[in-house]
Amino acid sequence: MKAKHQRLTLVLLAVAAVVGAALLAMSALKDQAAFFYAPADLRAANVAAGTPIRLGGMVQTGSVRKLPDGVTTAFVVTDNRDTVPVTYRGILPDLFREGSGVVAEGRVSADGGFVADTILAKHDERYMPPQVAGAMHKTETLEK
Amino acid sequence: MTAEAGLAALWLAAALSLLQLAMAAIGLRTAREDVSAAVRPVAIVGGVLSAIAFVLLIALFVQSDMSVKLVAENSHSDKPLIYKIAGAWGNHEGSMLLWVTVLGLAGAAIAIFERRLPANTLTATLGGQATIALGFFAFLLFASNPFARLDIAPPNGMGLNPLLQDPGLAFHPPTLYFGYVGLSVAFSFAIGALVTRDVGPTFARAMRPWVLAAWIFLTIGITAGSYWAYYELGWGGWWFWDPVENASLMPWLAATALLHSVTVLATRDGLRAWTIMLAVVAFSMSMIGTFLVRSGILTSVHAFAVDPTRGSFILALLAIYIGGALALFALRIGTVRAGTTFEPLSREGALVANNLLLTVILGVVLIGTLYPIVAASLGTQLSVGPPFFNAAAGPIALLLVVVLAAGPLLRWRKDGWGALIERLTWPIGATALALSLFALFAPWKGLLTLLGLGLAIGLAVASVAPLWKRNLRRTPLFTWGMVVSHLGVAVALFGMAADSAFTREALVAARPDQVTQVGPFEVRFVGVKPAIGPNWSAIEARLEVTRGEGTTQVMRPQQRFFANPATTTNEAAISTRIDGQLYTVLGQPDGAGRWQLRLWWKPFVTFIWFGGALIALGGALSLLGRVRRERRTDAREMWA
Repeated sequence: MKAKHQRLTLVLLAVAAVVGAALLAMSALKDQAAFFYAPADLRAANVAAGTPIRLGGMVQTGSVRKLPDGVTTAFVVTDNRDTVPVTYRGILPDLFREGSGVVAEGRVSADGGFVADTILAKHDERYMPPQVAGAMHKTETLEK
Repeated sequence: MTAEAGLAALWLAAALSLLQLAMAAIGLRTAREDVSAAVRPVAIVGGVLSAIAFVLLIALFVQSDMSVKLVAENSHSDKPLIYKIAGAWGNHEGSMLLWVTVLGLAGAAIAIFERRLPANTLTATLGGQATIALGFFAFLLFASNPFARLDIAPPNGMGLNPLLQDPGLAFHPPTLYFGYVGLSVAFSFAIGALVTRDVGPTFARAMRPWVLAAWIFLTIGITAGSYWAYYELGWGGWWFWDPVENASLMPWLAATALLHSVTVLATRDGLRAWTIMLAVVAFSMSMIGTFLVRSGILTSVHAFAVDPTRGSFILALLAIYIGGALALFALRIGTVRAGTTFEPLSREGALVANNLLLTVILGVVLIGTLYPIVAASLGTQLSVGPPFFNAAAGPIALLLVVVLAAGPLLRWRKDGWGALIERLTWPIGATALALSLFALFAPWKGLLTLLGLGLAIGLAVASVAPLWKRNLRRTPLFTWGMVVSHLGVAVALFGMAADSAFTREALVAARPDQVTQVGPFEVRFVGVKPAIGPNWSAIEARLEVTRGEGTTQVMRPQQRFFANPATTTNEAAISTRIDGQLYTVLGQPDGAGRWQLRLWWKPFVTFIWFGGALIALGGALSLLGRVRRERRTDAREMWA
């Protein structure tokens, strides 16, 4: 192969690879990205049961209770427009509190509840996930 | 006084880097050698001054001088000494000062040690280094002064985030910064070579040790960071695809590609333009990483700084440096002469494939990391998580493993398929055997996991194949380096796949004396009692662990309470065995005398970080080998 041709081939290959990556990423984003929903969005979006998603909002005050097995926690996530009942089997993060922000990663169950695999609460008492802050802000504006 | 002295040193260092840039420009323009020659001492003094500023900041933290705002906000007088020192960089301002210090010291090191580059290219490189430093000096002095005073000094300070009070994390940021800054040196070399139109093997040989060193630090930093997240966050996972983790992974991917292409340029004079491009990309990735972590624009489990004005400042720097470098690249790329050519099936060809695949993974990670930010600016709130990254990057990574296995067994310039397949007989056989054994006996956890296990075995065999029938004592150190690093990839990959295939988990609400079975272990929950540490108190569980007929071991997971700032952290207790780790976490009480316990038996999970350490060790061997060989060549030239 001549040098010029080789360079051209390399450039074409590189372009093809990057375009391929972008397409792959975009298609994966469409199907598999764990999309973020506030409770009201989740109700509106009608997500199929079993699709992995993230649910964000505030833990409703007075809603947290332990189920009899001792390891499952049930609570309600709210964005002041709608609520979603959540169950989580596992040890809650240290900063999980009633009335503070939470992001739950998991799946919608057949009965309309949410089964969380992971609970994210940042290790900082001032923390409010930006996405939750955004959703709450929108709600407040709507109410006014 | 210390704080003022620190600030003065910082201003002086900034002024010197301006001088360094001006002198480099004048020296190159007017071809005055005396001016160019003076750039070196200026770079050395500038580096020393920024180091002095940083040492003074550490001194302020050690003295707990609460009249300094940064100390008051990030330290506490009762903190153990090591965390007072680490507190100096465990915050935004201090870590940016550390960044500038490492950058300055790296510039000084180039000025002192670099002997191979032509004088002009060296001057241009030091000019490039000064340009980068200037931006960061401006950032520090105008937007994040670490030495700012408080009008009224509080008696004690607010304390350091307890999650950062861990030896692993105390040394984690400096390690990563050495990596990031090492890439800035590679970037300056590329700029220097473009400015003086001097892209070739000499330049590549000069740049290689810097890329290698940066890559070693990044590897160690990522491995240590992953282990920290694993044992400190108490969730049993080792990688989260968190934006902050991706911020360190992206420069590593680019640096890995650069490391391989710079080798082709240094030894075979190929891939000239590509290498320059990768040097630009690698440093851009460390800038983007800094931007992501320091701007506070992303949702992350462990992003610590939040300030939008700083974000825009770094974004502006990013635009100037990357934009400038790309513009220079576009202007000068025509003058980069084509290197030598090679056949597609050759060592060079495999390295090109490696580079392309790494770039594709980099692209996928970059898109996944930035997409939520772009979407947010368009008004949609969404987040991209592990399902996306695993699905998109996983298959490409496995393909890369195949290239990684075959590449070192190929000849330079030209090779044949028949010969390659013959050399690959053993690795392919090992993979096939492993695949069928795992498919028969291991629980089915998906195709990626199974392929991961099989390919890890095949890669391990292929990695050591270059040593086959060689005199091991006469094998050069950098060949050993390659073998050890590639073997490290196999070991890490095996650990990752084994963790997802064989982990056993038990989650129980246990009463005292209750016994729980997890994997081959019997865990007896004896009860809880209080415990106390230097600046925390805790509730500690006592677990008696027995495996088969073996002796009983006691494990003590804790819930720790820190007063300053008021925080609870979960301290997992981990028992390391030859074949894996038992990981135990204490949760909350249920009010009826039961305590939540989470137990994991993770076979071979340690291989993940052991593999990472091997990869870094391989890098260190290569670096040593190169330096040694060059010493020898220098000595020979001196005698000649």
